[in-house]
Amino acid sequence: MPHSDQTSNSNWTILFICWLIASISTLGSLFFSEIMKFAPCVLCWYQRICLFPLVLILSMGLFSFDKSVVRFALPLAIAGWFIALYHNLLYTGIIPESIQPCSKGVSCTEDYINLFGIFTIPMLSLISFSTIVVLLFMLKRRLSK
Amino acid sequence: MKKQKAIKKQKPIEKPKTMKKQNIVLISSVLLVIVFALGAYFYKTQQSTKLSFMARENASTFVRDYSLTLGSDDAKVYIVEFFDPACETCRDFHPFVKNLMAANQGKIKLVHRYAPFHPGSDYFVKILEAARKQGKYWETLEAMFNSQHIWASHHNPQPELIWQFLPEAGLNIEQIRNDMNDPEIAKHIEQDLADANTLNVRQTPEFFVNGKPLPNFGYDYLKELVETEIKANY
Repeated sequence: MPHSDQTSNSNWTILFICWLIASISTLGSLFFSEIMKFAPCVLCWYQRICLFPLVLILSMGLFSFDKSVVRFALPLAIAGWFIALYHNLLYTGIIPESIQPCSKGVSCTEDYINLFGIFTIPMLSLISFSTIVVLLFMLKRRLSK
Repeated sequence: MKKQKAIKKQKPIEKPKTMKKQNIVLISSVLLVIVFALGAYFYKTQQSTKLSFMARENASTFVRDYSLTLGSDDAKVYIVEFFDPACETCRDFHPFVKNLMAANQGKIKLVHRYAPFHPGSDYFVKILEAARKQGKYWETLEAMFNSQHIWASHHNPQPELIWQFLPEAGLNIEQIRNDMNDPEIAKHIEQDLADANTLNVRQTPEFFVNGKPLPNFGYDYLKELVETEIKANY
Protein backbone atom coordinates (compact mmCIF):
# COMPACT_ATOMS: atom_id res chain seq x y z
CA MET A 1 0.00 0.00 0.00
CA PRO A 2 2.34 2.76 -1.17
CA HIS A 3 -0.36 5.43 -0.97
CA SER A 4 -1.26 5.04 2.69
CA ASP A 5 2.42 4.71 3.50
CA GLN A 6 3.00 8.08 1.94
CA THR A 7 0.14 9.73 3.86
CA SER A 8 1.34 8.30 7.13
CA ASN A 9 4.77 9.56 6.27
CA SER A 10 3.58 13.09 5.65
CA ASN A 11 1.40 12.93 8.77
CA TRP A 12 4.51 12.09 10.70
CA THR A 13 6.36 14.95 9.05
CA ILE A 14 3.66 17.45 10.01
CA LEU A 15 3.89 16.30 13.62
CA PHE A 16 7.66 16.46 13.41
CA ILE A 17 7.54 20.08 12.23
CA CYS A 18 5.26 20.92 15.17
CA TRP A 19 7.74 19.32 17.51
CA LEU A 20 10.63 21.15 15.88
CA ILE A 21 8.90 24.53 16.27
CA ALA A 22 8.06 23.77 19.90
CA SER A 23 11.64 22.70 20.61
CA ILE A 24 13.23 25.70 18.93
CA SER A 25 10.84 28.03 20.78
CA THR A 26 11.56 26.33 24.10
CA LEU A 27 15.32 26.57 23.67
CA GLY A 28 15.00 30.13 22.38
CA SER A 29 12.95 31.12 25.41
CA LEU A 30 15.49 29.44 27.70
CA PHE A 31 18.27 31.29 25.88
CA PHE A 32 16.59 34.63 26.56
CA SER A 33 16.05 33.90 30.25
CA GLU A 34 19.09 31.81 31.21
CA ILE A 35 21.84 33.10 28.93
CA MET A 36 20.81 36.66 28.14
CA LYS A 37 19.21 37.00 31.61
CA PHE A 38 15.97 38.61 30.47
CA ALA A 39 13.55 38.02 33.33
CA PRO A 40 10.34 36.43 32.00
CA CYS A 41 7.19 38.36 32.88
CA VAL A 42 4.00 36.73 34.18
CA LEU A 43 2.42 36.35 30.75
CA CYS A 44 5.63 34.83 29.41
CA TRP A 45 5.44 32.24 32.17
CA TYR A 46 1.86 31.32 31.26
CA GLN A 47 2.94 30.83 27.66
CA ARG A 48 5.88 28.74 28.79
CA ILE A 49 3.52 26.51 30.79
CA CYS A 50 1.78 25.71 27.51
CA LEU A 51 4.92 25.51 25.41
CA PHE A 52 7.37 23.38 27.37
CA PRO A 53 5.10 20.29 27.76
CA LEU A 54 4.42 20.35 24.01
CA VAL A 55 8.02 19.33 23.37
CA LEU A 56 7.63 16.17 25.44
CA ILE A 57 4.07 15.31 24.43
CA LEU A 58 4.77 15.73 20.72
CA SER A 59 7.98 13.72 20.90
CA MET A 60 6.05 10.85 22.49
CA GLY A 61 3.65 10.94 19.56
CA LEU A 62 6.57 10.91 17.14
CA PHE A 63 8.45 7.93 18.48
CA SER A 64 5.82 5.42 17.52
CA PHE A 65 3.37 7.50 15.56
CA ASP A 66 0.32 7.86 17.78
CA LYS A 67 -2.49 9.96 16.38
CA SER A 68 -4.11 10.58 19.77
CA VAL A 69 -1.22 12.95 20.44
CA VAL A 70 -3.17 15.61 18.52
CA ARG A 71 -5.94 15.46 21.09
CA PHE A 72 -3.51 16.05 23.93
CA ALA A 73 -1.37 18.65 22.24
CA LEU A 74 -4.11 20.85 20.78
CA PRO A 75 -5.55 22.19 24.06
CA LEU A 76 -2.11 23.28 25.21
CA ALA A 77 -1.31 24.89 21.88
CA ILE A 78 -4.65 26.72 21.76
CA ALA A 79 -4.33 27.97 25.34
CA GLY A 80 -0.81 29.18 24.57
CA TRP A 81 -2.05 30.86 21.42
CA PHE A 82 -4.70 32.85 23.33
CA ILE A 83 -2.21 34.02 25.94
CA ALA A 84 0.26 34.97 23.22
CA LEU A 85 -2.47 36.90 21.41
CA TYR A 86 -3.41 38.75 24.60
CA HIS A 87 0.26 39.48 25.28
CA ASN A 88 0.69 40.96 21.80
CA LEU A 89 -2.40 43.11 22.16
CA LEU A 90 -0.95 44.48 25.40
CA TYR A 91 2.44 44.92 23.87
CA THR A 92 1.22 46.87 20.89
CA GLY A 93 -0.97 48.99 23.15
CA ILE A 94 -4.32 47.84 21.71
CA ILE A 95 -5.28 46.83 25.26
CA PRO A 96 -4.10 49.46 27.76
CA GLU A 97 -1.49 48.21 30.20
CA SER A 98 -3.39 49.41 33.26
CA ILE A 99 -5.72 46.43 33.13
CA GLN A 100 -3.00 43.82 32.78
CA PRO A 101 -2.07 41.47 35.63
CA CYS A 102 1.65 42.13 35.99
CA SER A 103 2.14 45.59 37.42
CA LYS A 104 4.63 44.22 39.94
CA GLY A 105 7.95 42.72 39.02
CA VAL A 106 8.82 42.54 35.36
CA SER A 107 6.69 44.56 33.00
CA CYS A 108 4.99 42.57 30.24
CA THR A 109 5.50 45.39 27.77
CA GLU A 110 9.21 45.91 28.20
CA ASP A 111 11.04 45.92 24.88
CA TYR A 112 13.87 43.40 25.20
CA ILE A 113 14.53 42.53 21.61
CA ASN A 114 12.99 43.92 18.51
CA LEU A 115 14.24 42.64 15.17
CA PHE A 116 13.13 44.60 12.12
CA GLY A 117 10.46 46.33 14.14
CA ILE A 118 8.10 43.33 14.29
CA PHE A 119 9.92 40.36 15.78
CA THR A 120 9.54 41.05 19.47
CA ILE A 121 9.57 38.14 21.92
CA PRO A 122 5.74 38.04 22.27
CA MET A 123 5.44 38.13 18.48
CA LEU A 124 7.82 35.18 18.11
CA SER A 125 5.69 33.31 20.63
CA LEU A 126 2.48 34.11 18.72
CA ILE A 127 4.04 32.94 15.45
CA SER A 128 5.13 29.64 17.03
CA PHE A 129 1.78 28.92 18.65
CA SER A 130 -0.14 29.90 15.50
CA THR A 131 1.94 27.59 13.30
CA ILE A 132 1.62 24.71 15.76
CA VAL A 133 -2.16 25.17 16.07
CA VAL A 134 -2.66 25.35 12.30
CA LEU A 135 -0.50 22.29 11.67
CA LEU A 136 -2.21 20.27 14.40
CA PHE A 137 -5.65 21.13 12.99
CA MET A 138 -4.44 20.08 9.54
CA LEU A 139 -3.22 16.82 11.01
CA LYS A 140 -6.51 16.31 12.81
CA ARG A 141 -8.48 16.67 9.58
CA ARG A 142 -6.16 14.34 7.70
CA LEU A 143 -6.40 11.71 10.39
CA SER A 144 -10.20 11.81 10.64
CA LYS A 145 -10.55 11.25 6.88
CA MET B 1 6.28 -20.16 0.00
CA LYS B 2 6.03 -17.03 -2.03
CA LYS B 3 3.57 -15.48 0.37
CA GLN B 4 5.78 -16.16 3.32
CA LYS B 5 8.67 -14.52 1.64
CA ALA B 6 6.60 -11.46 0.94
CA ILE B 7 5.63 -11.10 4.57
CA LYS B 8 9.17 -11.60 5.68
CA LYS B 9 10.30 -8.97 3.26
CA GLN B 10 7.76 -6.45 4.45
CA LYS B 11 8.76 -6.61 8.06
CA PRO B 12 12.39 -5.65 7.70
CA ILE B 13 11.34 -2.73 5.47
CA GLU B 14 8.98 -1.35 8.06
CA LYS B 15 11.31 -1.65 10.98
CA PRO B 16 14.18 0.41 9.66
CA LYS B 17 11.67 3.10 8.74
CA THR B 18 10.37 3.59 12.25
CA MET B 19 13.91 3.36 13.49
CA LYS B 20 14.88 6.01 11.04
CA LYS B 21 12.10 8.30 12.24
CA GLN B 22 13.13 7.90 15.84
CA ASN B 23 16.66 8.66 14.84
CA ILE B 24 15.53 11.84 13.11
CA VAL B 25 13.95 13.00 16.37
CA LEU B 26 16.97 12.04 18.43
CA ILE B 27 19.50 13.59 16.06
CA SER B 28 17.45 16.79 15.82
CA SER B 29 17.31 16.98 19.61
CA VAL B 30 21.05 16.59 19.88
CA LEU B 31 21.62 19.16 17.13
CA LEU B 32 19.30 21.66 18.80
CA VAL B 33 21.06 21.27 22.14
CA ILE B 34 24.45 21.70 20.47
CA VAL B 35 23.27 24.87 18.72
CA PHE B 36 21.99 26.13 22.08
CA ALA B 37 25.29 25.41 23.82
CA LEU B 38 27.32 27.01 21.04
CA GLY B 39 25.03 30.03 21.04
CA ALA B 40 25.44 30.37 24.82
CA TYR B 41 29.20 30.07 24.50
CA PHE B 42 29.46 32.69 21.75
CA TYR B 43 27.10 35.04 23.51
CA LYS B 44 29.15 34.88 26.71
CA THR B 45 32.48 35.36 24.93
CA GLN B 46 31.15 38.24 22.90
CA GLN B 47 29.64 39.81 26.02
CA SER B 48 32.88 39.61 28.00
CA THR B 49 34.94 41.01 25.11
CA LYS B 50 32.51 43.87 24.86
CA LEU B 51 32.78 44.49 28.61
CA SER B 52 36.56 44.35 28.71
CA PHE B 53 36.62 46.81 25.82
CA MET B 54 34.30 49.08 27.75
CA ALA B 55 36.45 48.75 30.87
CA ARG B 56 39.38 50.14 28.89
CA GLU B 57 37.63 52.77 26.78
CA ASN B 58 34.81 53.77 29.02
CA ALA B 59 35.92 53.18 32.59
CA SER B 60 33.45 55.72 33.98
CA THR B 61 30.58 53.33 33.25
CA PHE B 62 32.06 51.12 35.97
CA VAL B 63 33.21 53.81 38.40
CA ARG B 64 31.65 57.27 38.51
CA ASP B 65 33.50 60.03 40.34
CA TYR B 66 30.74 60.10 42.96
CA SER B 67 30.84 56.32 43.45
CA LEU B 68 31.52 55.04 46.91
CA THR B 69 34.72 53.06 47.27
CA LEU B 70 36.46 51.09 49.98
CA GLY B 71 40.13 50.17 50.07
CA SER B 72 43.47 51.59 49.10
CA ASP B 73 43.83 53.92 46.11
CA ASP B 74 46.94 51.96 45.09
CA ALA B 75 44.95 48.75 44.70
CA LYS B 76 45.20 47.26 41.24
CA VAL B 77 42.17 45.02 41.44
CA TYR B 78 38.82 46.78 41.28
CA ILE B 79 35.69 44.93 42.31
CA VAL B 80 32.66 46.80 41.09
CA GLU B 81 29.52 45.56 42.80
CA PHE B 82 26.03 46.49 41.68
CA PHE B 83 23.73 45.83 44.61
CA ASP B 84 20.31 46.44 46.07
CA PRO B 85 19.96 46.99 49.85
CA ALA B 86 16.74 44.92 49.79
CA CYS B 87 18.40 41.97 48.03
CA GLU B 88 19.05 38.92 50.20
CA THR B 89 21.85 37.55 48.08
CA CYS B 90 23.62 40.93 48.27
CA ARG B 91 23.43 40.67 52.04
CA ASP B 92 24.89 37.17 51.95
CA PHE B 93 27.71 38.25 49.64
CA HIS B 94 28.65 41.28 51.74
CA PRO B 95 30.73 39.49 54.43
CA PHE B 96 32.27 37.30 51.77
CA VAL B 97 33.53 40.30 49.81
CA LYS B 98 34.86 41.86 53.02
CA ASN B 99 36.76 38.64 53.79
CA LEU B 100 38.22 38.64 50.29
CA MET B 101 39.48 42.18 50.88
CA ALA B 102 40.90 41.34 54.29
CA ALA B 103 42.73 38.34 52.87
CA ASN B 104 44.32 40.51 50.18
CA GLN B 105 45.07 43.62 52.17
CA GLY B 106 45.66 46.70 50.04
CA LYS B 107 45.30 44.93 46.73
CA ILE B 108 41.55 45.26 46.26
CA LYS B 109 39.38 48.29 45.90
CA LEU B 110 35.65 47.82 46.21
CA VAL B 111 33.26 50.09 44.33
CA HIS B 112 29.61 50.10 45.36
CA ARG B 113 27.05 50.90 42.70
CA TYR B 114 23.30 50.90 43.24
CA ALA B 115 20.87 48.72 41.36
CA PRO B 116 17.65 49.07 43.41
CA PHE B 117 15.59 46.63 41.37
CA HIS B 118 13.10 45.86 44.14
CA PRO B 119 10.18 48.26 43.93
CA GLY B 120 10.67 50.98 46.54
CA SER B 121 14.19 50.03 47.48
CA ASP B 122 15.62 53.32 46.18
CA TYR B 123 14.28 54.70 49.47
CA PHE B 124 16.92 52.68 51.29
CA VAL B 125 19.63 53.78 48.89
CA LYS B 126 18.71 57.35 49.72
CA ILE B 127 19.13 56.61 53.43
CA LEU B 128 22.53 55.07 52.70
CA GLU B 129 23.64 58.10 50.73
CA ALA B 130 22.43 60.42 53.47
CA ALA B 131 24.36 58.35 56.01
CA ARG B 132 27.42 58.64 53.81
CA LYS B 133 27.34 62.39 54.39
CA GLN B 134 27.76 61.63 58.09
CA GLY B 135 30.62 59.26 57.31
CA LYS B 136 28.55 56.28 58.45
CA TYR B 137 27.88 54.48 55.17
CA TRP B 138 29.33 51.09 56.09
CA GLU B 139 27.84 51.11 59.60
CA THR B 140 24.42 51.92 58.12
CA LEU B 141 24.75 49.24 55.46
CA GLU B 142 25.62 46.77 58.18
CA ALA B 143 22.56 47.79 60.22
CA MET B 144 20.36 47.52 57.13
CA PHE B 145 21.58 44.07 56.17
CA ASN B 146 21.25 42.85 59.76
CA SER B 147 17.60 43.89 59.91
CA GLN B 148 16.78 43.17 56.27
CA HIS B 149 14.69 40.11 57.13
CA ILE B 150 12.33 42.45 58.99
CA TRP B 151 12.00 45.49 56.74
CA ALA B 152 12.27 43.62 53.45
CA SER B 153 10.69 40.28 54.21
CA HIS B 154 9.33 38.45 51.14
CA HIS B 155 10.99 40.94 48.81
CA ASN B 156 8.57 43.60 49.87
CA PRO B 157 10.51 46.56 51.28
CA GLN B 158 8.62 48.54 53.95
CA PRO B 159 10.17 51.98 54.41
CA GLU B 160 8.70 52.68 57.88
CA LEU B 161 10.26 49.60 59.42
CA ILE B 162 13.88 50.61 58.82
CA TRP B 163 13.95 53.64 61.09
CA GLN B 164 14.01 51.70 64.36
CA PHE B 165 17.28 50.05 63.29
CA LEU B 166 19.14 53.16 62.17
CA PRO B 167 20.20 54.45 65.62
CA GLU B 168 22.48 51.44 66.06
CA ALA B 169 24.64 52.86 63.26
CA GLY B 170 25.12 56.02 65.33
CA LEU B 171 23.32 58.30 62.93
CA ASN B 172 21.75 61.70 63.36
CA ILE B 173 18.26 60.61 62.30
CA GLU B 174 16.82 64.09 61.78
CA GLN B 175 19.70 64.93 59.48
CA ILE B 176 19.09 61.72 57.50
CA ARG B 177 15.44 62.65 56.95
CA ASN B 178 16.56 65.96 55.52
CA ASP B 179 19.51 64.78 53.47
CA MET B 180 17.87 61.80 51.83
CA ASN B 181 15.68 64.06 49.72
CA ASP B 182 18.65 65.76 48.12
CA PRO B 183 17.95 65.73 44.35
CA GLU B 184 21.64 64.99 43.81
CA ILE B 185 21.13 61.54 45.35
CA ALA B 186 18.21 60.78 43.05
CA LYS B 187 20.38 61.78 40.10
CA HIS B 188 23.15 59.43 41.17
CA ILE B 189 20.70 56.54 41.52
CA GLU B 190 19.44 57.26 38.04
CA GLN B 191 22.97 57.28 36.67
CA ASP B 192 23.79 54.01 38.43
CA LEU B 193 20.69 52.38 36.99
CA ALA B 194 21.57 53.68 33.54
CA ASP B 195 25.09 52.25 33.85
CA ALA B 196 23.66 48.95 35.13
CA ASN B 197 21.54 48.85 32.02
CA THR B 198 24.51 49.58 29.77
CA LEU B 199 26.48 46.80 31.42
CA ASN B 200 23.56 44.36 31.11
CA VAL B 201 23.10 44.04 34.86
CA ARG B 202 19.73 42.34 35.36
CA GLN B 203 20.21 40.63 38.70
CA THR B 204 21.87 41.64 41.94
CA PRO B 205 24.52 41.38 43.09
CA GLU B 206 26.49 41.67 39.90
CA PHE B 207 30.26 41.85 40.10
CA PHE B 208 32.88 43.11 37.68
CA VAL B 209 36.51 42.47 38.54
CA ASN B 210 38.66 44.88 36.56
CA GLY B 211 35.79 45.06 34.10
CA LYS B 212 35.40 41.31 33.75
CA PRO B 213 32.05 39.73 34.59
CA LEU B 214 31.79 36.51 36.60
CA PRO B 215 31.82 33.50 34.24
CA ASN B 216 29.09 32.01 36.42
CA PHE B 217 27.34 33.29 39.49
CA GLY B 218 28.72 32.13 42.84
CA TYR B 219 31.18 32.80 45.67
CA ASP B 220 33.82 30.54 44.23
CA TYR B 221 33.71 32.13 40.80
CA LEU B 222 34.17 35.56 42.36
CA LYS B 223 37.06 34.36 44.47
CA GLU B 224 38.70 32.67 41.51
CA LEU B 225 38.35 35.73 39.29
CA VAL B 226 39.76 38.02 41.99
CA GLU B 227 42.71 35.70 42.55
CA THR B 228 43.43 35.52 38.82
CA GLU B 229 43.41 39.30 38.61
CA ILE B 230 45.69 39.63 41.65
CA LYS B 231 48.15 37.18 40.09
CA ALA B 232 48.07 39.06 36.81
CA ASN B 233 48.62 42.47 38.40
CA TYR B 234 51.06 41.84 41.23
